Amino acid sequence: MARKSTTQRVVVSTIGAWFFGFLIFFPILWMVLASFKTELEAFAIPPSFLFFHWTTENYATVQERSDYFHHALNSIIIAGGSTLIAVLIAIPAAWSMAFSPTKRTKDILLWMLSTKMMPPVGVLVPIYLIFKTFGLLDSRSGLIFILCLGNLPIVIWMLFTYFKEIPRDILEAARMDGATIGRELVYVLTPMAIPGLASTMLLNLILAWNEAFWTLNLSTSNAAPLTVFIASYSSPEGLFWAKLSAASTLAIAPIIVLGWFSQKQLVRGLTFGAVK
Amino acid sequence: MATRQTQLLARSLLTPAVGLLFVWMIVPLALTIYFSTLHYSLLDPGSESFVGLENFRYFLTDPAFLASLQNTLVLVGSVLALTILLGIPLALLMDQPVIGRNIVRLMVIAPFFVMPTVSALVWKNLLMHPVSGLFAWLAKLVGLTPIDWFTDAPLLAVILIVAWQWLPFATLILLTALQSLDEEQKEAAEMDGASAVSTFIYITLPHLARPITVVILIETIFLLTVFAEIFVTTGGGPGLQTTNIAFLIYSQALIQFDVGSASAGGLVAVVIANVVAFFLVRIVGRNLET
Repeated sequence: MARKSTTQRVVVSTIGAWFFGFLIFFPILWMVLASFKTELEAFAIPPSFLFFHWTTENYATVQERSDYFHHALNSIIIAGGSTLIAVLIAIPAAWSMAFSPTKRTKDILLWMLSTKMMPPVGVLVPIYLIFKTFGLLDSRSGLIFILCLGNLPIVIWMLFTYFKEIPRDILEAARMDGATIGRELVYVLTPMAIPGLASTMLLNLILAWNEAFWTLNLSTSNAAPLTVFIASYSSPEGLFWAKLSAASTLAIAPIIVLGWFSQKQLVRGLTFGAVK
Repeated sequence: MATRQTQLLARSLLTPAVGLLFVWMIVPLALTIYFSTLHYSLLDPGSESFVGLENFRYFLTDPAFLASLQNTLVLVGSVLALTILLGIPLALLMDQPVIGRNIVRLMVIAPFFVMPTVSALVWKNLLMHPVSGLFAWLAKLVGLTPIDWFTDAPLLAVILIVAWQWLPFATLILLTALQSLDEEQKEAAEMDGASAVSTFIYITLPHLARPITVVILIETIFLLTVFAEIFVTTGGGPGLQTTNIAFLIYSQALIQFDVGSASAGGLVAVVIANVVAFFLVRIVGRNLET
């Protein structure tokens, strides 16, 4: 009886969900469309939605005039490097807490979480001065270091929750069979941990790619990743919408695709396991 | 024997991470506290002198502080209200039998992955431009006068941009929670003749209480320090209309080069964030069985 109106319900909810989904997605779509317009058409009123002169010249101009690839490379190195280092530090820590928990494990985890809650602006001044003193301003290594530490708590947390899910019986069986800790790590744990490890790295990569507080404050040109490069469009001269759109599309496309793959991990990672 | 060895190993594996995070937490914070007691201007190096709590008095009585505190609260409150009040119905809708739900979900989640500088500039120019923006065109279509967003309602403009970025987060978390709600419980309620509204109030909403709390706390932590969106759109202006605490501290530190006052402000921000963090840590800790 409850499912009497099923067809009607499906039709109504499908139309509703698609309508609102499209509405939310629209600014991104509009930006991508603008990136294929000429500057005049991007600025034109009334706007043209599909029937304009499609062109890819904006993409060429963006690279030519502002060396897009330099900043894209910075983004890749900074986001990738900080993720890799964070994971290397986090794996042993998470492994230890998941498999040899002590009375203090919970406190340590919560303490790690609380370091993530420190507002970056609270330590902007000392970090800026330290960077200035050691010549780290506008350097990739400085940004890698900061982003790595900033995201380390999330990485440890996520890995911890994944490692906890590995059944302990398997470990005990391996130990019974005389496996050493080294063998246990390589042959038993690693294969089972790879999916969790991959999603953790994916989420961290996204967070680091989009990080826009430290990158804006600590880099200007040499080490500037895409967040900073796009910000340079905030004080433009002349018509620039199509070029802004092209640069933006290039900057977000790879990460949106990665993001779509990691939706489930997003919930887990950003709520610290409080919602599954 | 093996256990003692294992424990030793476990401890040594944990040490690097704990040590690094400890240094990361303590050193900058200690420096911030130290700087906050100094008269210290980068424009006038070598003139540092101890001034006690003078910087705090200066920062807290500065009219800009009250204005930016108010802006911060309005920004956080409005974005929370928008994302949750829109996120609940959206999540409920997506929890229905929708054809192509996965594609809808991809569209809804996408804004969350857009870097803040991109979303802010795309909204400011392509959508909110008073002459050539899409909103202006839509307003004219229905016979309204287009709003000059960043002149007449700058804070609202920033709020809308940030809410667009965080709506996907709220929706996704609420949707995840809804999908774990026992379908049989709802059906039983329907069998008993409960209306859709009372099913929502008595079964769905209580089930959502915890995820809503989590959304509020996590969003608050991030929203307290919204920076890039303001940096690229308004630069805190016009006047102080879109300056929040984070931006105020930034401008004191890196525009006015007043290290002492900015450090005092930074500590104020840390205290505010810690109040929120306290509650979040408690909630997370409660359902963490180690």
